[in-house]
Amino acid sequence: MDITQILFWFLSILAVFGALMMVTSKNPVYSVLWLIVVFFAISGHYILLNAQFLAVVNIIVYAGAIMVLFLFVIMLMNLNAETEPQKNKWLKIAGVIAGGSLMLVFIAALRHSNELIKTQVSMGGEAGLIKTLGKTLFTDYVLPFEISSVLFLSAMVGAVVIGKKGD
Amino acid sequence: MPINYYIYLAVALFSIGVAGVLTRRNAIIIFMCVELMLNAVNLLLVAFSKMHAQTALAANPSAITGVEAQLFVFFIMVVAAAEVSVGLAIIVMMYRNIHSVDVNFLNRLKH
Repeated sequence: MDITQILFWFLSILAVFGALMMVTSKNPVYSVLWLIVVFFAISGHYILLNAQFLAVVNIIVYAGAIMVLFLFVIMLMNLNAETEPQKNKWLKIAGVIAGGSLMLVFIAALRHSNELIKTQVSMGGEAGLIKTLGKTLFTDYVLPFEISSVLFLSAMVGAVVIGKKGD
Repeated sequence: MPINYYIYLAVALFSIGVAGVLTRRNAIIIFMCVELMLNAVNLLLVAFSKMHAQTALAANPSAITGVEAQLFVFFIMVVAAAEVSVGLAIIVMMYRNIHSVDVNFLNRLKH
C-alpha cells in the first residue's frame, strides 16, 4: 500500500464521515463546520487527481466564501439546537431508506462495469496546472468566461433585490 | 486507484446529500446538502477526466488532455457561487416573513 492509496482512503473516510456528521448534527453551526471538513477532503482528492488549480479554487470559493456566507446567515438568524425544527420519526426513517435505496441502485448499476474497473487513475500530467488551464480558459473558453461575469452581476442584483427591506 | 473507488465515493456522498435533503427540515441544512451533492458530482467529473486523459496520454505522451473537464468543473463552481448568493437571500427573506427556517411552514401551495 503506497502513500497515494493511504491518502485516498484517509480522505474518503474523512469525506464520508464529515458528510454523515453534517447531516446528523443538531446544531446548524456544527453542520457548517463539518461541511467545511468535507470540502477540504474533496480538495485533497483533487490534488491526488492532479487538479491543483481546482483544489485551490475549491478551498477559496467553497470553504472560504460560501461557507462563511452560510455561517453569517446562521448567526444572523441566531439558529441553534433549540430552534431546530422537529419532525416525525417515521419520515426520518423513510428519508434514510430512500437515500440508501438510491445508493443501492447506483452501486448495483455500476457493479458489472468491467471496462471501468480495469482503468486506473494515477498521478502524472500537467492538465491541472494554472498555466495550462488559464491558456485554455482565455482562448477557447473566453466567451463562457465573459458570460459568467454577466451571471455574477445578475446574481448580485438579484440577491440585493430579494434581500431588500420593505416594498 | 481504480476508477470505481471514485465512483463509489461520489455515490456515497451524493446519497448522503439526498438523505439529508429528505430528512432535515431546516432550509439552510437542505441547501448545504444540495452543495454536498454538487461537490460529489464535481469530484466524479474530475476523476473521469483523469481516466480519459490517461488513455490519451498513453497514445501521445506529449499531449495535454483533460483540461476541458477541469474548466467545466470550474464553471460549475461559478454557477454554484451565484446560486448560493441568491438562495441565501431567499432564505433570509423567508425568515423575515415567517420567523422560521422550517420548510414545513411553507405549505401554502397545498391549501
